Amino acid sequence: MLLKKSFTRRNALHLVGSVLAASLIAHTGFGAGVTLRFASDSSGTGGAFIKALCDEWSQKTGNKVEIISRPQDATATLQQYQQYWAAKSGDVDVYQIDVIWQSIAGPHAVDLKKYFKADEISQHFPRIIDNNTVNGKLVSIPWFTDAGTLYYRTDLLEKYGYKEPPKTWEELAEMAKKIQDGERKAGKPDFQGFVFQGKASESVTCNALEWVYSYGGGVIIEPDKKVTINNPNAIKALDTARSWVGSISPAGVVTYGEEEARNVWQAGNAAFMRNWPYAYALGQDPKSAVAGKFDVTVLPKGGDNGKNAACLGGWNLMVSGYSKNPDAAADLVKYLDSADAQKKRAIDLSLLPTLPALYADPEVLAKNPWFKNMVEVFKNAVARPSTVTGADYNQISTAFFQNVNKVLTGGESGKDAVQQVERVGKRLVR
Amino acid sequence: MKDPDSKSSPVLRALFYLLVLVILVFNLFPFLYAVVSSFRPSSELFSTDLIPKSLTFLHYSEIFRDARFVASLINSIIVAGCTVAIALAFGSLCAYALGRLPFRFKGFVLYLVLTMTMFPQISVLSGLFVMLKALNLFNTRQGLIMTYLIFSLPFTIWVMTQYFRSLPRELEEAAYVDGASPLAVFWQVLLPLTVPGLVSTGLLAFIAAWNEFLFALTFTVTDNMKTVPVVISQFSGATSYEQPWGSIMAASMVVTIPLVILVMIFQYRIVAGLTAGAVKG
Amino acid sequence: MAKQIDLLERQRRLAWFLIVPAVFVVFLVIGYPLIQVLLYSVLKYKLDGVTPASFVGLSNYLFILTDPDFWLAVQNTLIFSVCSVTLECVLGLAVALVANSKFKGRSILRVAILIPWAIPTVVSSKIWAWMFNDIYGVVNVLLINFHLISQKIAFLATPATALPVIIAVDVWKTTPFMALLLLAGLGLIPGDLYEAASIDGASKIRQFFSLTLPLVMPTLLVALIFRTLDALRVFDIFYVMVGGQGNMATMAIYNQQWLVSFLDAGIGSAASVIILVIIMVFVVLYTRFSKTSFE
Repeated sequence: MLLKKSFTRRNALHLVGSVLAASLIAHTGFGAGVTLRFASDSSGTGGAFIKALCDEWSQKTGNKVEIISRPQDATATLQQYQQYWAAKSGDVDVYQIDVIWQSIAGPHAVDLKKYFKADEISQHFPRIIDNNTVNGKLVSIPWFTDAGTLYYRTDLLEKYGYKEPPKTWEELAEMAKKIQDGERKAGKPDFQGFVFQGKASESVTCNALEWVYSYGGGVIIEPDKKVTINNPNAIKALDTARSWVGSISPAGVVTYGEEEARNVWQAGNAAFMRNWPYAYALGQDPKSAVAGKFDVTVLPKGGDNGKNAACLGGWNLMVSGYSKNPDAAADLVKYLDSADAQKKRAIDLSLLPTLPALYADPEVLAKNPWFKNMVEVFKNAVARPSTVTGADYNQISTAFFQNVNKVLTGGESGKDAVQQVERVGKRLVR
Repeated sequence: MKDPDSKSSPVLRALFYLLVLVILVFNLFPFLYAVVSSFRPSSELFSTDLIPKSLTFLHYSEIFRDARFVASLINSIIVAGCTVAIALAFGSLCAYALGRLPFRFKGFVLYLVLTMTMFPQISVLSGLFVMLKALNLFNTRQGLIMTYLIFSLPFTIWVMTQYFRSLPRELEEAAYVDGASPLAVFWQVLLPLTVPGLVSTGLLAFIAAWNEFLFALTFTVTDNMKTVPVVISQFSGATSYEQPWGSIMAASMVVTIPLVILVMIFQYRIVAGLTAGAVKG
Repeated sequence: MAKQIDLLERQRRLAWFLIVPAVFVVFLVIGYPLIQVLLYSVLKYKLDGVTPASFVGLSNYLFILTDPDFWLAVQNTLIFSVCSVTLECVLGLAVALVANSKFKGRSILRVAILIPWAIPTVVSSKIWAWMFNDIYGVVNVLLINFHLISQKIAFLATPATALPVIIAVDVWKTTPFMALLLLAGLGLIPGDLYEAASIDGASKIRQFFSLTLPLVMPTLLVALIFRTLDALRVFDIFYVMVGGQGNMATMAIYNQQWLVSFLDAGIGSAASVIILVIIMVFVVLYTRFSKTSFE
C-alpha cells in the first residue's frame, strides 16, 4: 500500500516534471515568434533583396522581421539612429551602420564576439575587422564593403596609344590631358579628362584621404592619436589635386558627389573616374554609353615613391544593446552575413562581399570578372580616422572636407588648409 | 484696384499682360521642366536636349505601385488636414478674443505668441522627441499633428488677430444693441467677414504642414506613418548613391496636384470673400 | 448702464476662456524644449552616450562667439534675409496687385503663383540645383545657346554665384506666400474708396501711393515680420543646394551641424540660444518702428 502510494506520487511528479519540461522546450530557442525590427536599406533592388533574405530567415525560425527604412542620405541616417540611441530605445534591434560610425555606435552595440567565433570573424577582410573593433569590442560585423576605385576607358587608352592604366597621379594627369584634348577636337566639347568627387561632404574626405595617403602624407590623425596632416607630402597632394580642376577636371567638380561624377562618366564624357564599385554594374548596363569599354584598377600612387590607396567604405551589421531580443537579433545578423548570402548578393547585385574567399569563387567571378582586380584594391584599403576620433569624427572630417574644397576652388593654399585641419585635429585629441 | 480692361491705354494694357506672362513663366518653368523630366526615360535624363526624344509613363506607374508612396499620400492628407482644422478652429476663436475682446494681458500674450513662432525647428527637435516618447505619441499621426500645431497655431492666432482688428466696429455694436452675446457676435457677424483671411491662412498652413520635412523625418519611422516629403527623399535606386530622378519628379508632380486642386476650389471662396468683405452700408 | 457693464464682464470672461487654455498648452509644449536648451547650453554635453555631462558656465557661448565660421554663417544669413525678404515684398505686392485685378486668365494666374510654394522644398531645391548644374543644367545650356556666355559656369561652386542663385530660388518659392497674404489684405480695402478717388480725378499711381499702400501696410508688416523670421532661420534650401560648404552655412545650418553632426548638445544648444536672441532683436526692432501695436 505504501509502495503504491509513493509510486503514484513519483509518477505524478514525473508527469508534472515532463509536462513542465515539455513546455519549457516549446518556449526555448528563439521564442515563439518575436518581431525584430531592422533599420536598413529598403527600396530598389537592394531593398528587395534584403527583404527576401529576412523573409527566408523568418520562415526558418518562426520570427518576424519588420524593416525600418533609413533615409537615403548617410548623415540623415545617423541622425535618425542617434535619436534611438539617446533614448536607449528598444524599438530597433538590428542596425545597418556605416564603416565610420563604429566609435559613435560602440556604446550602444552588443559585442559581437559573443556570437561569432574567432575563426568566423577571421574570414572577413582583416582591415575591416580592425576598423570595427573599438576598445576590444567588435561593434559590428562587415556586411558589404566598398573602396575607392579608378575607372578607366579601355577603348580610349588604346586609341591614344596607352598600354596600361596610369601608375602615378602624374601619369594620369598626362594621359587625361592628351585624351581630353583629342576628344574635344574630335567634336565632344563636354569631354573631361578625369572626374571625381570634390563636393564639400564626406565624399571629398574620401577622395582627399586617398590623395594624401598616396603621396605618403598619412591619414590626418594616426591611430596613435598623433595629428600628422601638416606635412609637405600632404600639401603636395592637395596642390596637385588643385591643378586638375579646370584643366583635366571640370570647374564644377567641386560640387560633384558620386552621382554627378558617374553621370558624366556614363554618358561617355570622361576618360577616368574615381568612384565606388557600385558604378561598375550601372556602367555595364546595355543602355549605358560606356558598356564594355572600361575597366577598373587601384588608384594611382603619388609619384614613384608613393603608395596606392583606396578609401574604405561599406556597411556593417550591428545588434542594438537595448534590444529585447539580442539572441534572435544576432541570429538574424548571422544569417544575413553568411557566406551564402554574401555570395548570392555578389552574383545578383554585384555588391562586394567582405569575405576574401569569395573573390576566388568561380561562380562569383563568372558574373563579375572585375572582382579579380578588387582584391588588390582592398589590400590597399585606407580607413578614415573615425575609430581614433570617435564621436568627434564628424568634426575632423568636416574641417578636412571644407578646407580641401576651398583648396580645390582656389580659395586657399594647400599649406593653409593643412594648418587649419591640424588646428581642429589637435583640439579634438587633446 | 487696377482695372485695365476698362480705362487704361493699350500700351499700359500690353505692359500689364506682359507682366502677367513674365510672372507665369517664372513661376511655371521649373515646374514644367520637372513635369517633362518625369516623363523622360531614365537613360535620357542626362541629355541636354530640351525636348525629349521619347516619353514614358514608367515613373508614374512605378511610384503608384509603391505601397509606401500611396500610404504617405494618405498620411500627409490626414496630418495636414487635421493640423489646419484644429489651428483654424482654436486660432480664430483665440484671435477673436485678442482682436476684439477686453483682456488685460493682451500685449504680453501677443508677444508670447510671436515668440513661439520664432523657434528654429532644430533647437526644439530633441526636446520634442523626448516629449513624444514620454506621451507615447512617437511615430503616430497625432504626435506629428501636435508638433505641427506648435508652429501653425501661433501663426494662425497672430494673423487672424490682425484681421479681426481691422474689421469695422459698427456691425458688432449693432449686434450688441440687438442683445447678442459676444459668442453670437463672433459666429454670426464677424467670422463671415474674415473668410478671406481664414482661407488664406488655412491654405498657407496646409501647404506648410504638407511640405514639412524635419519633424516628419525625425518623428515617424515606420512606413505606415511617414508623410510624402520624407518618402520622396528616401527614394533610392539599387544602391544608396543613386537618385531615381524620374521617380522623384513623378512623385513631386503627384504631390503638387492636391494642392493645385485646393487652390482652384478655394479661389472661388477667396473671390466671394473679397467681394463680400466690403461693408456695404 | 448696468447692461453695458454686464456685457463687458461677459466679454472678459469669454476672452479668458478662449485665450488662456490654448496659449497655456502651446506654451507648455514649447516651454519644455526651451528650458532644456537653456540648461544644456551651459553644460559640456556630448551625445555619444559615454562622456558625462559637466557644468562649464559660459564657455560654450564664448567658443561660438569667437568662431569665425559662426560669424560667416551670420553674415550669409543676413545677406540672404535682407535680399530675399526685400525682393519678396516688392514682387509679392506686385503679384498681389495683378492677381487682384479683373482680367481674363486671372484664375490661371492665381493657381500658377501658388505652385512654387506647393512643391516640397527638398524637391524644388533639387530641381533648381539640377537646372543650374554645370554641365547638364538647362540654364547653362540656354545661356550658351543664346551666346550669353562662352563657357559653362559652375554656379553652385562659389559663394559669389551660389548665393544669388539661392536667393532666386527662395524668391521663386516664397513670393506666393507674400502674395497670398497681401491679396487677402488688399481684399479688405473697400472698392468704393477707389471709385471715389477716380471720380476725384486721382491717377492710378496716385491711388496706389495714397490709398492702397497705406491701407495694406498693416498686412504688409505682418507678412514682413513672418518672412524675416523665417528667412533668419533658413535651412532647407542651403542644406540641399550647397550643404556642407563651410563658407556657405547659415545660422541654422551651423546649429544643426554642431548638434546633430558633431553630437555636441552643449554648443548646439548655446548656438540655439544665440540665434533666438538675434531673432528677438529683429522682432523688437520691427515692433518699435512699425505701427503694429499690441494693444
